[in-house]
Amino acid sequence: MTALILLSALGVIALLAEIFSFKKLLYPVVILGLITTFVLNLVDWNTGKTWYGMMHYDNFAVAFASVLIGVSVLWFIMAEGFFKEESSLTDHFALILFALAGGVIMVSYTNMTMLFLGIEILSIPMYVLAASNKEDVYSNEAGFKYLIMGAFSTGFLLFGITLIYGATGSFDLTTISNLVTGNSAVPSMFYVGVLLMLIAMVFKVSAVPFHFWAPDVYQGAPTSVTAFMATIVKTAAFAAFLRLFTVTFAGSAGMWIDVLWVIAALTLLVGNITAVVQTSTKRMLAYSSVAHAGYMLLALIALNQFTNSSVLFYALAYSIGSIASFGVLSIVAKSRGNDNTDSFNGLAKTNPLLAIAMTVALLSLAGIPPTAGFFAKYYIFTAAFASGYGVLVLIAILASLIGVYYYFRIIIAMFFKEAGTSAAIEVSANHKILFVITILLTVALGLFPDFIIRLL
Amino acid sequence: MITLLLIFFPLVAALLLLMVKGEQVKKIAFGAAVIEFIISIAAVAQYQHNADTQFVFNMPWITSLGINFHVGMDGISLLLVLLTTFLVPVIILTSFKKAYSNPTAFYSLILAMQFALIGVFVSLDGFLFYVFWELALIPIYFICLLWGGDDRARITFKFFIYTLAGSLLMLAGLIYLYQHTASHTFDIAELYAAGRTMDVTHQGYVFWLMFMAFAIKMPVFPFHTWQPDTYTTAPTQGTMLLSGIMLKMGTYGVIRWLLPIAPLGVEHWAYFAITLAVIGIVYTSCIAIAQKDFKRLIAYSSIAHVGLIAAGILAGNVQGVQGAMIQMISHGINVVGLFFIVDMLQTRLGTRNIDLMGGIRNLNPQFAVLFLIVLLGSVALPLTNGFIGEFLLINGVYQFNAWLAAFAGLTVILGAVYMLRSYQSIMLGETSVVTATFPPLEGYEKAVLFIICAAIIVFGIYPKPLLDIAEPSVVKLVDGYRTAIGK
Repeated sequence: MTALILLSALGVIALLAEIFSFKKLLYPVVILGLITTFVLNLVDWNTGKTWYGMMHYDNFAVAFASVLIGVSVLWFIMAEGFFKEESSLTDHFALILFALAGGVIMVSYTNMTMLFLGIEILSIPMYVLAASNKEDVYSNEAGFKYLIMGAFSTGFLLFGITLIYGATGSFDLTTISNLVTGNSAVPSMFYVGVLLMLIAMVFKVSAVPFHFWAPDVYQGAPTSVTAFMATIVKTAAFAAFLRLFTVTFAGSAGMWIDVLWVIAALTLLVGNITAVVQTSTKRMLAYSSVAHAGYMLLALIALNQFTNSSVLFYALAYSIGSIASFGVLSIVAKSRGNDNTDSFNGLAKTNPLLAIAMTVALLSLAGIPPTAGFFAKYYIFTAAFASGYGVLVLIAILASLIGVYYYFRIIIAMFFKEAGTSAAIEVSANHKILFVITILLTVALGLFPDFIIRLL
Repeated sequence: MITLLLIFFPLVAALLLLMVKGEQVKKIAFGAAVIEFIISIAAVAQYQHNADTQFVFNMPWITSLGINFHVGMDGISLLLVLLTTFLVPVIILTSFKKAYSNPTAFYSLILAMQFALIGVFVSLDGFLFYVFWELALIPIYFICLLWGGDDRARITFKFFIYTLAGSLLMLAGLIYLYQHTASHTFDIAELYAAGRTMDVTHQGYVFWLMFMAFAIKMPVFPFHTWQPDTYTTAPTQGTMLLSGIMLKMGTYGVIRWLLPIAPLGVEHWAYFAITLAVIGIVYTSCIAIAQKDFKRLIAYSSIAHVGLIAAGILAGNVQGVQGAMIQMISHGINVVGLFFIVDMLQTRLGTRNIDLMGGIRNLNPQFAVLFLIVLLGSVALPLTNGFIGEFLLINGVYQFNAWLAAFAGLTVILGAVYMLRSYQSIMLGETSVVTATFPPLEGYEKAVLFIICAAIIVFGIYPKPLLDIAEPSVVKLVDGYRTAIGK
């Protein structure tokens, strides 16, 4: 709860910066504010406070909120270029911080209205930010598409909530859960409601076949915003997904788990296979982000004691890998003019740090030991195996192999191909620090994952 | 503790090496590799000749999932560690006159590779084993990608995908076993127990999930298609690492993990798998006969040799497994020698085509003798190291099935055909245009060849020290296997 208040306050401060003209100071203020929030958020650990039946700040919420805030600190360092423009600087800060506040609601709600509010608070800033590159047609397209599709899925969500309310007479997750568990006389509109909510959530995490918006939006939006969507938004959406389906709808798992099985298998295969044929690296990462949603769905399907901790670890590992890869991508694309695989040629010679950071990030995304991504995948596979989904694990393994194919294309380009130019790309000191941090975090989490997975 | 030292010394050396620039880097790397060899000798000196796992170090790692950093060595592990620590300095020595671009990265990667290889051979925890297994892939991938020959990007990538596919199947197998352990742990003893509680069908699944990884690594027919291209394209030292040591990860995996975990599965599928291996032996020997490129010829001959090792292990008797142990060592030494000779020929003559060569014996009799010794070792002439291993292996396969042994035995005859024919074509006859001049051997080249030839002859005449190290563990392991299958 502290996190929510602090983030909202930070957002308001960001808006005030325009009036009281301390825009120059805003960047350090926000970073420090986020770090403070991160620390104070941890104070809520094991307190488990509930707020008027609307939010329950349990350990699940603290853990996921910490991931959201921690990753957003890294994101702010990565996206420093996004906060250099004079014109809409404060808007950018405020929108991001409000989106983050929405994310915190999404990880801690216990009431469907709060879920809806959280999703909207998160999404509306993202619609604006996706279109924040006003001169660029693609950015406008991205914002518009995201808005239309997002509104569409919100419609599903609301419809689902309505039907469930109609069937149970409550918005409260625990009440609903108690009403339907073991009760054979649940009206069938409850199940329709569950399915509609499932579709809405699958939409938000961009799983196949509801993923069509993701590549266009990811590619069109400014790279910094894309990174935010791929990491923080996705983590928040998964946390919300888990809260709803592992608690409230677990009792009716029999009717939605098969649907999700198919969705996960499709997401893994379609996401990875489509990523192979992309020429634009950004679009490739967009499809790979779709594919990563598939792995996390595996944990949700497993629906056992590993589910929450494996999604938490996966989201963290994946977010760090994505921040690093989008960070390198935006630097390379900016200096070399485009983001095709060729633009990475010879990066190992001109900028060894960028190349190593990218390699570690891609190895992590591909799931190669000793990186965090490997353990994340391993842990998810264990979770799925424990509930007897061996076939799904084999599909996921096949998908990982395909994943290696496109991730390694970039590694090969960086280390093997000759660059057209021998000039090193200039990298700011902040970015250098960021990349060192991501490399260390990726390896450290891969070697010592225990303390994260014990949290939940 | 000595196990920890053996594992982490190369890693520390690799990391420290990154700070060194320039030519002295190879000397420092060589020094580090020699120190590692001395450490392993110290381990041999302390080793008690019994079947127990010694030098054990066990520390909790990821406790909530029952994963421990559990390492230790019995005779089987120790022998392979010894092979690794012996070959790595030799391999570094073979590169003393090479001018690789960015030598710092090159030697660092070799030492990093050694770290992972030692880790594979001493792991006593399924998860740890898997991590080291995968870790070994990354340095060799970059060694092949950065310093390899033509078309290396495509070829090394194929290699990477192939081996990774196998590894991931093994991972699935390990997780599957993990779910069946009583206390949810990856400890080797628990995994053994878990595997043995399954019926033959489920052990069959485990067999295939894990055997795929090992079969691709070795490689066994029909999973070998990555190998000739990769061996040919990789830089000489990369090829030596791949064929001399990395290949043994696969055979070691079968001995350490597959036989004890899924004895019924192995027994059920042994006939099929040995048949595959034997087909591979005959098929690749025939291809080797037709090769003109000497490096490629040896690559194919390596498939034939390792096919026999695999067949011997899967036969599941003491002769077969003991023969496999000896042959792993011998093959490692011989194949490094052969690839070094290929490299010497190529740097001197600018070609690897054996048809273009000839008459080198007259120009350099010393080289001719050393080459002949290495060659005789690899065709398993009695009194060379290759003989004992192949004899025991064929004996082991014979006890399993006489017909399979008869075909597997063809490897000796066909091996003699292609090796002696290539020797004839390279060394004997008249000199050709490319062999008009053949510069004398340099000091480091003599050193490498002397070391290898000495190993071939000494262990050919007196293999007892090596046999003794592995024997108690092999007997224990095979006894366990035969009890489990009820024979």
